[in-house]
Amino acid sequence: MAQKIAIDENGYYGDFGGAYIPELLHPNIEELRNSYLDIMTKPDFQEKFKLLLKDYVGRPTPLYLAKKLSEKYGAKIYLKREDLNHTGAHKINNAIGQALVAKELGKKKIIAETGAGQHGVATATACALLGMECTVFMGEKDMERQKPNVERMKILGAKVEPARSGSKTLKDATNEAMRYWINNPEDTHYIIGSVVGPHPYPDMVTRFQSVISEEMMNQLQEHEGKNNPDYVIACVGGGSNAAGAFYHYLNEEDVKLICVEAAGHGVDSGETAATTAKGSDGVLHGSKTLLMQSEDGQVTEPYSISAGLDYPGIGPLHAHLFKSKRGIFKYVTDEQAMQAGVELSKLEGIIPAVESAHALAALSQIDFKASDVVVLNLSGRGDKDLQTYINHGSY
Amino acid sequence: MLHRIENIFRQQEKDKLTIYFTAGYPKLDDTQTIIKALNETDTDIIEIGIPYSDPLADGETIQQTSHQALENGMNLNLLFEQLKDLRQITDKPVFLMGYCNNVLKYGTEKFCKQCAEVGVDGLILPDMPILEYQKQFAPYFDKYGLKNVFLITPKTSEERIRAIDELNGGFIYMVSSAATTGGSWQESPEKTAYLQRIKNMKLKTPQMVGFGISDYPALRLVNQFTDGAIVGSAFLRALDPDKLEQSVKDFISLMRSNK
Ligand SMILES: Cc1ncc(COP(=O)(O)O)c(C=O)c1O
Repeated sequence: MAQKIAIDENGYYGDFGGAYIPELLHPNIEELRNSYLDIMTKPDFQEKFKLLLKDYVGRPTPLYLAKKLSEKYGAKIYLKREDLNHTGAHKINNAIGQALVAKELGKKKIIAETGAGQHGVATATACALLGMECTVFMGEKDMERQKPNVERMKILGAKVEPARSGSKTLKDATNEAMRYWINNPEDTHYIIGSVVGPHPYPDMVTRFQSVISEEMMNQLQEHEGKNNPDYVIACVGGGSNAAGAFYHYLNEEDVKLICVEAAGHGVDSGETAATTAKGSDGVLHGSKTLLMQSEDGQVTEPYSISAGLDYPGIGPLHAHLFKSKRGIFKYVTDEQAMQAGVELSKLEGIIPAVESAHALAALSQIDFKASDVVVLNLSGRGDKDLQTYINHGSY
Repeated sequence: MLHRIENIFRQQEKDKLTIYFTAGYPKLDDTQTIIKALNETDTDIIEIGIPYSDPLADGETIQQTSHQALENGMNLNLLFEQLKDLRQITDKPVFLMGYCNNVLKYGTEKFCKQCAEVGVDGLILPDMPILEYQKQFAPYFDKYGLKNVFLITPKTSEERIRAIDELNGGFIYMVSSAATTGGSWQESPEKTAYLQRIKNMKLKTPQMVGFGISDYPALRLVNQFTDGAIVGSAFLRALDPDKLEQSVKDFISLMRSNK
């Protein structure tokens, strides 16, 4: 392959990444940057983290051969069951990892942003577990469409702060969390929920999520007698579940990496979250990446039925995967995703999160060979989306 | 020839005041009116905010004025159009304040060229990292004679302040405390110690203090230690859309009066 996919010392993947942050955040980001690798790689930290992943989160998550789905799409399709994690999605891997890092840094308070509420719930959970104070910022619009998760966070003892600026969704929740951090830098750590934000966040979150592909390799070895599948498929909002599922395959040329973005009402409908299709280079939430924006550099309000994918940017790793063509990008509309979600429910008895349903809908866009081994990262379960399924009907 | 900004700081005996306002607020074509009004007041430097959809370092007032300005239809081409006669209107140094994305998306060289053509003296981009400035931006800033103003906070290390001092940025923007814009400044021993500490560093770049400054006592205090004060949110809150020029002048009189 041309260029190894890796992050450089300034936090860049190719052209994307870096830390474009107000000076006010510099001390916090610098502290994190100087210590995250040391902390994360310490044997006793690793031991603590791995033990919690095993006994508390329920890892390793199964790699399940979905026979009927395989039959339908003409390939050997495995589902990586991140939906079976405690709290129902991959987000908990990162939330627990970062909460442990925060403890090492001596921080007592945690803040987080959330879109679908999955990262918020995961963070609230990690904070309850580790005895930390937790505030979650959530767009007012998302609080409405993901009500059960708002209540979950509150039951877990977290404070939920509505973000009322801008489009009142994930992007604005992230802005509010960063502003809060600027105003309360001392004893607070900000747990970003995806592979976005200033360096070192994209790398740190990627590493915490990389347990997904680490397990995949071992499990494929067991099932297939080889580590590498032909395809790994994941949905991309900010990109954390995809980053985790891709991580150990980034430089394995024979593995095709499929990134599925939310097209909303259609890539060209004006109501979309398909960042790579509609975006251009710019700076969002502290990193240089691809984002949807006007000619003037004003960030566009994204749209997707899925609150977790309703984000105008993507992480710098994914921007690089797109530009370098290492990643293959697919776009799935609301309608296609909902149908794919219902299909998996009927075929395999698994109701997926609407985010993950986007990844499923991409199966019909790929020409598989019968011998292809495919791993689809089922990032989360559909409990939180019941109302969305009900509203959509046709099941 | 001295840069316009360098002249300002030669005037030792005076409390210096920078006023920030958001372009295109309260109404789309108020930009020029406000500059003209400010020109007739005892304001030393004018800072024009480029409204941005995601102003991370800004508090509610500037978020709201930016949002309103964008709703009004403000954009960069229009701003440069509004500033076409800038140098017929005022001799005061003028800085544009925005976020990196505004400049990057517009095209860094094109942006700098436009600034130079209308007579803007420099830029304040609060999310500009030193590293990126040196790598991507500095060549264009230098080519078009623009100053880049870096920010420091009470938490910025001495080493970093020294590095910023070497970058010849027109002035150093001292953020008054760990907060977004628009908070309230209260005199405190920590603040005075911060001002004193920076004064003791004897930097070659002048310093101005901003974020939360809204009245004469604060203006007076920071001028005792540094080279001036920057007032934004309080100014924006004082603007009266129906008596715009008068409200500009009244505010500056108030800032300058010891009552
Ligand atoms: C189940 C699920 N999948 C995917 C995502 C998208 O995030 P990312 O792209 O970071 O994996 C979310 C975000 O909330 C989610 O809840």
